[in-house]
Amino acid sequence: MTAVAEPQSWRRPPLIQSRSLRWLLTGLVPAYLLVVLLTLDVPLARIAAGMPRAMEMAGALLRPDFFSRADAIWLGLKESLAMTFAATFLGFLLAIPFAFGAAANIAARPVYHFCRAVIAISRSFQEIIIAILFVAMLGFGPLAGLATLVFAGFGFIAKLAAEEIEAMPPATLEAMRASGASWGQQMVYGVWPFLLPRLTGITLYRLDINFRESAVIGIVGAGGIGATLNTSLDRFEYNSAAAIIILIIGIVLMTEYLSQWLRRRLR
Amino acid sequence: MTASAPHWNPWPRDRLLRWAGFALALIGVLAWSFMVISEATIWAFVLDAPQQGRDLFGRMIPPDLGFARELGRPLLETLHMATLGTLLAMVLAVPLAFAAAENTSPPIPGLRWLALLLIVASRSVNSLIWALLLVIILGPGVVAGIVAIALRSVGFIGKLLYEAIEESSPKPVEAMRSLGASPMQERVYAVWPSVLPAFVGIVVYRWDINIREASILGLVGAGGLGLALIGAIDTLAWGRVGTLFLVILATVLFSEWLSARIRAKVT
Repeated sequence: MTAVAEPQSWRRPPLIQSRSLRWLLTGLVPAYLLVVLLTLDVPLARIAAGMPRAMEMAGALLRPDFFSRADAIWLGLKESLAMTFAATFLGFLLAIPFAFGAAANIAARPVYHFCRAVIAISRSFQEIIIAILFVAMLGFGPLAGLATLVFAGFGFIAKLAAEEIEAMPPATLEAMRASGASWGQQMVYGVWPFLLPRLTGITLYRLDINFRESAVIGIVGAGGIGATLNTSLDRFEYNSAAAIIILIIGIVLMTEYLSQWLRRRLR
Repeated sequence: MTASAPHWNPWPRDRLLRWAGFALALIGVLAWSFMVISEATIWAFVLDAPQQGRDLFGRMIPPDLGFARELGRPLLETLHMATLGTLLAMVLAVPLAFAAAENTSPPIPGLRWLALLLIVASRSVNSLIWALLLVIILGPGVVAGIVAIALRSVGFIGKLLYEAIEESSPKPVEAMRSLGASPMQERVYAVWPSVLPAFVGIVVYRWDINIREASILGLVGAGGLGLALIGAIDTLAWGRVGTLFLVILATVLFSEWLSARIRAKVT
């Protein structure tokens, strides 16, 4: 038996195996940074001028003012919450047929392609861009926000739900088919009971996203707390703006933990 | 022998009651939501929405493709904002994540909670809202966009990274400790290599989300495609808006594809 020589030195294994790719990447990053720094015009004077404002804002964050604009803040919050709830529910309803249609294991080919295309359209644009279009069509206010969140939300829910259906073990449906169940019966007694808890979980997740988005789309006129925030910044009311941001953070955290807690209980 | 039930009753009484209670609560919340939204809606504007919609899309199609030639610089700015913002966030998030993870947080009282608080605050505020504030401080332009992207991404990367650190195996750390390694050596040689692939995946994933977000930050005055978009909307040049939608869509799809490919290789 020959003794295996113990290695006398050790070197950390690299993340990227290929030596040439590794050197290429380590060279590219500094080169990129250099090019960007040279081409980007950084308005140093403007940034220096903004520093007092930064201090003012930081000060406002320590002394948020919930009261002098209480009416506007309350209205904005009400609109945001109403949009969130209504849009999540409508998105859920609209997502159900598309979830079934976009699952490759149960839908006919043409239906599958149609549903996947609709879902792709719903998911590919940012909420704020959809909001711009709906504000132009429906006028300012939370109705445009509602339409935006329904449009963007149902594709999200439908896609994740369709993937759940596709991951479903085939045994249940095979057993039902073997005992002579029709397609409709398979859907109602086979797929639906499997899907419902998962669909609920996905919808709760979307509820949380919808509130976050509802706080933003107001910037382009779709109502909600984002509109209130935009107005207060335009009026240089930083203390009210700070109060709104604190409220947004608080509610986002609450909906996030609530939705996490509910989803854990569902499982 | 147990008596077998003659019929399968899918709706036992207690289950029915629970569902009825849930349905009532849901109806109540939805009724309130629709009331709030309908109060804030000017229905006269909604009634002519189909016409407005036809009008809008009629002007957007065909898109003004000649305008695409002017979009090189905005597109480049969007890419820079996303990339630099992600790099900045990446650098800031690593110490934050190590301070927030239960198993690597240094024993300084309060430090872990401070890190968790910073991560939560960063994550709960949408990058568009960060941009709204930063444009006031830093002035309109790319710099505000970079910082907005970074501020939003720190929380995202920080959260996923500290979760990865907490889930990493304690065995390499114990092995190193028994050899007499210092806490710093444990983190560099045991914890870091085990989370490195996850870290790269998280950063690339966030980069692709950031491309999506950077393309609209211009709506509130940060640079990039969003700035061109708001300019086109304000001048009612809907043909240009159509072109911009196409460019944004192509950019987002490309970055999504690239990020999915890189992540498939790394993890």
